[in-house]
Amino acid sequence: MKKNIFKSILENTYLFLIFLFLYLPIVILMIFSFNSEKSVTRWQGFSFKWYIEMLSNDSLLEAFANTISIGVIAAVVSCIIGTAAAIGIQGYKSQRVKGMINAVTNLPMVSSELVMGISLMMLFVSVNIPRGYFTMLISHITFCIPYVIVSVLPKLMQLDTGLYEAALDLGAKPLYAFRKVIIPEIRPGIVNGLLISFTLSLDDFVISNFTSGHGVQNLSMFIYTGRTGPNPMYNALSTVMFVLVAVLLFVINSRSSKKSGEPISFFG
Amino acid sequence: MYKKSLSYPHLVWMTLFVVAPMIIILIYAFTTGSDDGQVYFTLENFVKFFDKTNVKSFFNSIWVSFISVAVCFLLGYPAAYILADKDRRRTMAGKKPTGLLMLFIMPMWMNVMLKLYSWLAILNPGGLLHSFTSMLGLPDIDIMNTYTAVVLGTVYDYIPFMILPIYSVLIKIDTSVIEAAQDLGANPLKVFLKVVLPLSLPGIVSGFTMVFLPALTAFYIVDFFGGGQFMLIGNVIERYFSNELGRNIGSSISIILMLFAFLSMYLMRFFNKSNRQMSKF
Repeated sequence: MKKNIFKSILENTYLFLIFLFLYLPIVILMIFSFNSEKSVTRWQGFSFKWYIEMLSNDSLLEAFANTISIGVIAAVVSCIIGTAAAIGIQGYKSQRVKGMINAVTNLPMVSSELVMGISLMMLFVSVNIPRGYFTMLISHITFCIPYVIVSVLPKLMQLDTGLYEAALDLGAKPLYAFRKVIIPEIRPGIVNGLLISFTLSLDDFVISNFTSGHGVQNLSMFIYTGRTGPNPMYNALSTVMFVLVAVLLFVINSRSSKKSGEPISFFG
Repeated sequence: MYKKSLSYPHLVWMTLFVVAPMIIILIYAFTTGSDDGQVYFTLENFVKFFDKTNVKSFFNSIWVSFISVAVCFLLGYPAAYILADKDRRRTMAGKKPTGLLMLFIMPMWMNVMLKLYSWLAILNPGGLLHSFTSMLGLPDIDIMNTYTAVVLGTVYDYIPFMILPIYSVLIKIDTSVIEAAQDLGANPLKVFLKVVLPLSLPGIVSGFTMVFLPALTAFYIVDFFGGGQFMLIGNVIERYFSNELGRNIGSSISIILMLFAFLSMYLMRFFNKSNRQMSKF
């Protein structure tokens, strides 16, 4: 018995130390975002100074707007293309064709971000498309689509095709049956794909760095340029981003743990 | 109901923005531009890769990634083990799992730049680490701009990607197998080495792939903590691409890197498969 208590103390201490390693730097960063002086190592008093400074920094606000708008558009577009693709892929009978499509779909997920970013950059350079907001958006859609497919496919596998046929037998038009029968069944997968895409887009640095050219930045690139010296304004920005992702993650998680029950309605 | 045509936009998109770019990289890697605007086939870009500094940074990258993976594993395995053990016991007792796993998943989704930035205030000269050591009267630890700092940054960035796959394999291990080993007289160490560790090998392998390969090209970590003192292969590639003249060589290095990545993925998968076949007996 005594041995068990000792073991459990040891185990809990170890877990605690790992959590400390993972979270302490972030907590420190968040604390110093409220520091009233420029120091990020000595606490001098509470203030919202750096949050106010953040809100008056034009290039930061622009980066923020870019990040959010690209995230939203990339998530929606990749969701439409990805969901349609997931359904369409089921229609191929030949295993070889299916395998080939899967290989191409998986390519962005398995090849390194650096190679992805570089190859997209070289594409835009070769066909003389000036790099900027638009090219960055295209690149984000490209790396999001596979994740949508991956989250929709399992739902499609569980789908009972009999339901769709029953709807047709009862006189529903194919499109109507599709909207009323198939979409509600796979909706959790679609919404998860949407949220995952948005989070990935929000987070991306490497691919954006190569495909955005000069002048257009997202938040990750903005923090990257601020790496030369600690500045509490970046702490404030990081705190905001941390909270944003934490909320998103909480939503994704509480959705996927709630296996039964009607999920939040996003469509129709 | 599964109309093939629904997949066409996706196929067109992937052809344009995944396959075509890869082909362009291939073309760049095997050609060279000349003054008269003509493009010639050449292998010279690959020869240039074997320049002393490039090869050195390639091996340095492999070394740094390897050390990072090893540290991730040594720190991460016990954590995954303890967590899986706790969760399994709770589910067996009919209770909900601890939910601590969420705390490991969370850092996977945190912005990379944010994670790296958070270490600056600690590691920079005169930072918190400095205050901490001087408070305790210890000698100053200045690891900024060293390989140690790069490894630290890499471990911090990627350790959740090691813990998670190991956890998900450990949680599925049938406890009766462990009990059987115990009943047959194996001591805890033997149970671990002969039963738990081999069964968790698939998780370890995917953890290694998920950490090692991305770490190899994470040039921004070096930018944060290396202070321009040295370059790893990711930085070399990035440097080549920031200059128009370097694109051909940069492409050839990217191709080599890609081949290396596919090779190691293939090897790990092969290793995993042969292990799975062995565990049948």
